[in-house]
Amino acid sequence: MTWDDILNIVVRMAETSLTTLQLFFMTLIISLPLGLLMAAIRMSKIRPMSFLMRGFLLVMRGTPLMLQLVFFMYGVRLPFPRLHVAVVAFGLNYAAYFAEIYRGGIESIPSGQREAANVLGFSKRQTFFRIILPQVVRRILPPMGNEFMTLVKDTALARIIGVTEITSFAESMQSRHVTILPVVIAGIFYLVMNSVVSKCFAAAEKRLGYYSP
Amino acid sequence: MKILTVRNIQKSFGKEPVLRGLSFDISQGEVLSVIGPSGSGKSTLLRCVTLLERIDAGFIAYGDLVMAKTDEASGKAVYSPAPALQQIRRRFGLVFQNFNLFPHFSVMRNITEAPIHVAGKSREEAEREARALLEKVGLGEKADSYPCELSGGQQQRVAIARALAMQPDILFFDEPTSALDPELTGEILKVIRNLAEEKMTMVIVTHEMAFARDVSDRVIFMDDGAIVEQGDPKQVIENPKSERTRAFLARFSNS
Repeated sequence: MTWDDILNIVVRMAETSLTTLQLFFMTLIISLPLGLLMAAIRMSKIRPMSFLMRGFLLVMRGTPLMLQLVFFMYGVRLPFPRLHVAVVAFGLNYAAYFAEIYRGGIESIPSGQREAANVLGFSKRQTFFRIILPQVVRRILPPMGNEFMTLVKDTALARIIGVTEITSFAESMQSRHVTILPVVIAGIFYLVMNSVVSKCFAAAEKRLGYYSP
Repeated sequence: MKILTVRNIQKSFGKEPVLRGLSFDISQGEVLSVIGPSGSGKSTLLRCVTLLERIDAGFIAYGDLVMAKTDEASGKAVYSPAPALQQIRRRFGLVFQNFNLFPHFSVMRNITEAPIHVAGKSREEAEREARALLEKVGLGEKADSYPCELSGGQQQRVAIARALAMQPDILFFDEPTSALDPELTGEILKVIRNLAEEKMTMVIVTHEMAFARDVSDRVIFMDDGAIVEQGDPKQVIENPKSERTRAFLARFSNS
């Protein structure tokens, strides 16, 4: 294996990582708001709705994402490109985890906050978006950071349904050149991406930390 | 003029009755203190008249706006529709025992958020009024601070300014000094005293007997979800008619 081969692998892996990044960001765009909606249904006072959502969350969190990918690809047969099928499965799966994190955050806000807003005449909607949610965001940053980092690594599962992403590319290069080096390079790619995620969360925590003593 | 009318209100938590048919009125400019042992229903009473809890039966009205009245057929309280209740909310303010300031907002924004987004005032007007209110409670310098940077007494004064910013007809205090160190209660009591001099209508649930005696026009002594005695503060606190009131107050004068 020559230096040229290595350079070639790095360049092509950088191109492939665009797929990984697409999967990452599209999953977040779907799952962050969807998780909030799921949390709302989960906390709903309408018993059957809350009950059904509990069941759904259990299934999504209690079965392997890999199986869910296969299910959406070959079971549901969504008429989308493979990458988008992966986004649907990832989006639902991560939304389920986010729902529970949101719920924990929302329930941790003292009831006095809601009561103060209520007495001042804020509507339920205003109370949630102006008073509760900003405080929830601050509180759930650490567990959210965990999930984001896991998602970066989980994107590798999309290869199961034939999406070419960093890991599947590394595997094919590994068998072509009979060397473990592409796998190491892939590891470095994930590490760099997660360093950025980690930095972003550290910055966000600092930025939103203005109101803690 | 009657600002608040409360008639025979009843409230239970599960099977436990907490309010057993209370009635009283508040007139414009009147200061009413509510005293009584813990668990006598004082806080629940405030929570019921401020719509944080719903009564089971009885009648509550702010001036001519009816909040709830007992339905003759069912004997249960029926609340007015949401828009009417929202109108009623504009008439009162509530100061909580543990302040409940919004920690993610500056002092200024704590005070202006409701005037801007509920009352529909312009930002300039809301901020101008907020500054005047902060001066009034002695915190003119703290507009840009966050609640976590303030002492308990300062936080409670911001909470009072926040309630006043909505220009309520009546201001309720739920044990406003109970979460404070004794040396900080004075600053809160002073603010309330000033409000009383300006003829602000107030209902104060408190354990500060001397304060209740000095600042109120009328005192209600509550025990076990009912009004045991009410009247002139000097008479009720210094020379109570009821045996229960006497027993309760004896614990204070002994300590």
